[in-house]
Amino acid sequence: MRHRPLLLLTTALTAGALTLSACGSRDDDKGGDNGDTGGKKTTVVIGLDAPLTGDLSALGQGIKNSAHLAVTNANKSNEVPGVTFELSALDDQAQPTSGQQNATKLAGDKKVVGIVGPLNSSVAQSMQQVAQSNTVALISPANTTPDLTQGKDWKQDRRKRQFSTYFRTATTDEVQGAFGGKYAHDQIKAKTAYVIDDQKTYGVGLAAAFSTQFTSLGGKIAGTEHVNPEDRDFKAIVSKAKSSGADLVFYGGEYPAAAPLSQQLKESGVKAPLMGGDGMYSADYIKLNKKSAGDYATSVGKPVEQLDSAKKFIDDYKAAGYKDRYEAYGGSTYDATWAIIQAVKAIVADNGGKLPDGARAKVVEALNKVKFDGVTGTVSFDKYGDTTNTMITAYQVDGNVWKARHSAEFKR
Amino acid sequence: MHELPQQLANGLILGAMYGLIAIGYTMVYGIVQLINFAHGEIFMVGGFGALTVHLALPDGTALLLALPLMILGGIAAAVAIAVAAERFAYRPLRGAPRLAPLITAIGLSIALQQAVWKWYPDAKKARVFPQFKGESLKILGATVQRGEVFLLIAAPLCMLALGLFVARTRTGRGMQATAQDPDTAKLMGINTDRIIVIAFAIGATFAAVAAVAAVAAVAAVAHGLKYGQVDFRMGFITGLKAFTAAVLGGIGNIYGAMLGGVVLGVAEALATGYIEEIPGMSQFGGGSWKDVWAFVLLILVLLLRPQGLLGERVADRA
Repeated sequence: MRHRPLLLLTTALTAGALTLSACGSRDDDKGGDNGDTGGKKTTVVIGLDAPLTGDLSALGQGIKNSAHLAVTNANKSNEVPGVTFELSALDDQAQPTSGQQNATKLAGDKKVVGIVGPLNSSVAQSMQQVAQSNTVALISPANTTPDLTQGKDWKQDRRKRQFSTYFRTATTDEVQGAFGGKYAHDQIKAKTAYVIDDQKTYGVGLAAAFSTQFTSLGGKIAGTEHVNPEDRDFKAIVSKAKSSGADLVFYGGEYPAAAPLSQQLKESGVKAPLMGGDGMYSADYIKLNKKSAGDYATSVGKPVEQLDSAKKFIDDYKAAGYKDRYEAYGGSTYDATWAIIQAVKAIVADNGGKLPDGARAKVVEALNKVKFDGVTGTVSFDKYGDTTNTMITAYQVDGNVWKARHSAEFKR
Repeated sequence: MHELPQQLANGLILGAMYGLIAIGYTMVYGIVQLINFAHGEIFMVGGFGALTVHLALPDGTALLLALPLMILGGIAAAVAIAVAAERFAYRPLRGAPRLAPLITAIGLSIALQQAVWKWYPDAKKARVFPQFKGESLKILGATVQRGEVFLLIAAPLCMLALGLFVARTRTGRGMQATAQDPDTAKLMGINTDRIIVIAFAIGATFAAVAAVAAVAAVAAVAHGLKYGQVDFRMGFITGLKAFTAAVLGGIGNIYGAMLGGVVLGVAEALATGYIEEIPGMSQFGGGSWKDVWAFVLLILVLLLRPQGLLGERVADRA
């Protein structure tokens, strides 16, 4: 045993990998079993995939509850006569591998007519192909990476629909990042920005879209950095951002890392605010960060609290007594779920009041034509499967809450 | 090399925390040759123990007053879990092939994470940990956050206390005796002595496990004060880094563990700050490469000094 330390190291790394991969998915979901009471009614299942555990679970639980609410409301109001909806929620822990397993599992259930989810763009990449080969609709309330719908050449404007079964009710990072870049330049009046991303699909895409717009308006990028999403110590990077003297620090990533990053920036004497996207727009960001005052985040849609169409959703959500808040994607999840319900309604109506054979493929077709007034506004999908609603809002932390500062539609 | 004092301070502070946890890996390994992978989770449980005390205290209690109680609460939780783990998970496996307790430790690590995830209120996401109010301090040209001062005081104190405990007390000498080959003692042929050796082994392991759990709890309080949050996964990455620090410093040596931690922390900070300023290396710098450089350093040290920085060349066991 001469090389004991090396042996130890190998053991450590193997064990580390083991521990990571051993975190299998699990779910203690009890939502969505409304029971098939009539006997004559057909039961269809709407699948759901989101991070219900782990550090993004605040967002994931909001997604699950909002989908559950849509299903409950549809059953209560008998939205589709003769059809009872059920929700089957699976946990992906924000891991692409778990997401793919969940997609396979849901696609294997013949009663599943469509899947709502996932939260993370990186997880979506692993689920799209499974959904496509099983012709089951996948509607994400939160994916914002443009490549998912328009292909990797969207930057050169060679856009091409990637998957006929994939849709989303959240607009893209191209729109969100560009809105952020414009807002930073025009309203925050930042001249230089230090740009950090977390190396995940979402974070990199958002940071790139921000930088492109910000520089095209005349802003300068003072430096770029990358972090690991699991890191909580950013001191070394903070020191670099500080010496760059940037007016604004932009972070492409999510709130569990963004909160300590912002706090460490301010503790080291950086006056510039931190700005991020919808992954940062969470009440937990403020809870975990004592120095969040003045930070900015953009998020898709108008704040649901300001929309007349969302009043019923908020009231219903409160009345249902869910333990967790609906968070950033509650409204868009309700709309995504409702879109599947509307698609089922259309195909049942076309088939004389009964669920037709091959319902999955027909749901996908019907989704392309679906149009209704949802929580976040008018819900419909364009030729890529993207939402036609490109409303974005900038928020700022003020008095320990996110205050909406500016909403606008963004045209490419 | 702008911001050099700051980057050195960043590394030193981070390294001090790695070192405090690394002591746990190094001492337990020294005595029973067990890589206790659950030690990162003992650290995590200590953090939640301290948080529980904080939540139980009336609102508005000054943090400086609450801190001793929180440390005690953290130590109580960590020691209880560590001692129970030693008694029910590791002791039945004494004498089993080395791989068995190692796998048990990995299993225990996952079990502890999931137990906190499941049963601690609201622990499915990060929980807020109290922090000192007020501006950061300026020390020798570096900005140091108030919570980090606690770490800078606690780390050397804990290390010295443990060092004296091992060198001066009866139990500590028992640990050293056990760390040397107990089988040889048995071969000397005195049965009564054998019983004493076994008793020593059990008592010393017990004391070591409890002592390092207490230190891990102190580290967890420092972690909470520094980052303002504790979560059920915080022990995993930190534990891996601390284990690396223990190997780097020479596994089995308490002072080596602290030195290894500080070297690792400083290496990470300098790699993040300056690698990309070396001409032609801009692709390999920054936060995304810091772990790579930390491990390059580890491999270099182990190639030149296989026993680690302060490790002693021990006689090979058969």
